[in-house]
Amino acid sequence: MNLFHFILQNHEQVLELTLEHLWLVGVSTLLAVLIGIPLGIVSARWPAWNRPVLGAANIIQTIPSLALFGFLLPVPWLGDRADRLAILALTLYALLPVIRNTYTGIRGVDPAVVEAGRGMGLTDSQLLLQVELPLSLSVILSGVRVAVVVSVGLATIAAAIGAGGLGEFIFRGLAMVNNQLILAGAIPAAILALSADFSLGLIERRLRPR
Amino acid sequence: MKQRATESTVIEFRDVAYTLPNHQRLLSGLNLQVKRGETLVLLGRSGSGKTTTLKLINRLLIPSAGDVLVNGSSTSKTDVIQLRRSIGYVIQEVGLFPHFTVEKNIGLVPRIEGWPADRIRGRVEELLQMVGLESKLGSRYPHELSGGQRQRVGVARALAADPAILLMDEPFGALDALTRDQLQREFLALQQRLNKTVVFVTHDLREALRLGSRIALMETGRLITVLPPEDFLRSTDPLASAYAQAFAEASVPAANRGTS
Repeated sequence: MNLFHFILQNHEQVLELTLEHLWLVGVSTLLAVLIGIPLGIVSARWPAWNRPVLGAANIIQTIPSLALFGFLLPVPWLGDRADRLAILALTLYALLPVIRNTYTGIRGVDPAVVEAGRGMGLTDSQLLLQVELPLSLSVILSGVRVAVVVSVGLATIAAAIGAGGLGEFIFRGLAMVNNQLILAGAIPAAILALSADFSLGLIERRLRPR
Repeated sequence: MKQRATESTVIEFRDVAYTLPNHQRLLSGLNLQVKRGETLVLLGRSGSGKTTTLKLINRLLIPSAGDVLVNGSSTSKTDVIQLRRSIGYVIQEVGLFPHFTVEKNIGLVPRIEGWPADRIRGRVEELLQMVGLESKLGSRYPHELSGGQRQRVGVARALAADPAILLMDEPFGALDALTRDQLQREFLALQQRLNKTVVFVTHDLREALRLGSRIALMETGRLITVLPPEDFLRSTDPLASAYAQAFAEASVPAANRGTS
């Protein structure tokens, strides 16, 4: 039985695990965007926040993923359901690229444009919403793109704590020393990562200011 | 050299100093009045404090000491957003919003001031014409324009809400000589029509002589002297005469120079 047959025969399970995988990545990315962009804005606006915010995100990034899943396991509400826990861990990992690119994007806006905007009497929020964010959107999105691609890979590890996703196949395959099973998880995950990377890349190019 | 402020004084500096957080002093003891309808040129080399002086007027910088008054009231007691919207601001790099069309760039302040759309459209049209641009350029983006066109849009944008005061920081400094000459000429024509109170920063004496009603000469954060252009070349002030001499030498064609 080759890989292709395996996937065909188990297409329902492959689909289910793929959807689980997408759910983990999608929700955690959404949370990372909702938290990370405001944090990036804050650290770009008030330089005093820059070090603590980026520093914390950096430290999180250095915790090995398996260890982070383990650390979070005993936390009361979180530990109840494995997918909550996986989503939190993935969100934490996705924060750094989102925060960093938001910060870099806003800081990278042409100072002359910002000065002109201020000089014309734009308020801080007008400057942010009409000038700084639109002009840094493509940089922010490329951070989101990195976050998504990393999350797709990391989410396979979530299966280790029973959160589901394509990692199920991989861990089962590892336990059974079955390469086909491993590939049945790894290949769809790779396709997910590549297509997310490609489609977000397309949007990013369209948003890039001239 | 203190003058008395009169009712025609629009901008007034009273013993103004500006110091950076690292204690470097960029401006000290500045007393200066700008009168209604005049073009006051701040002339000096880089680091002389002329741009600092300009930015103190629209409160992009806040004085460390002294007081800056616009229309008789201290800028520290005025709402800074309202203050800036009542003052046009043009900079050398222009700073057009690259993601907005020319139209949207020019119409931004009217838009956030809540003008109705058709009034904005009419105003943009009028301004494009005023600065000598065809109205079809309105739908273009800044990167599709030449340097001279961009600076015209910058001027139009600054004039959008019809401010009585215009601050210009080396607006023509980055342009080629021919375009600069043309824009200077148009500036004079425009100024004759609009009668704004203009503060104009430049390091170019030729430009200062051509555009200024008065020239304020600055050096290392101090105001040296204020002179009308016709007196500037005859001034006995050592710095002014150094400028005048450099100017005279630059104006003499090479063939006429001595071979010493």
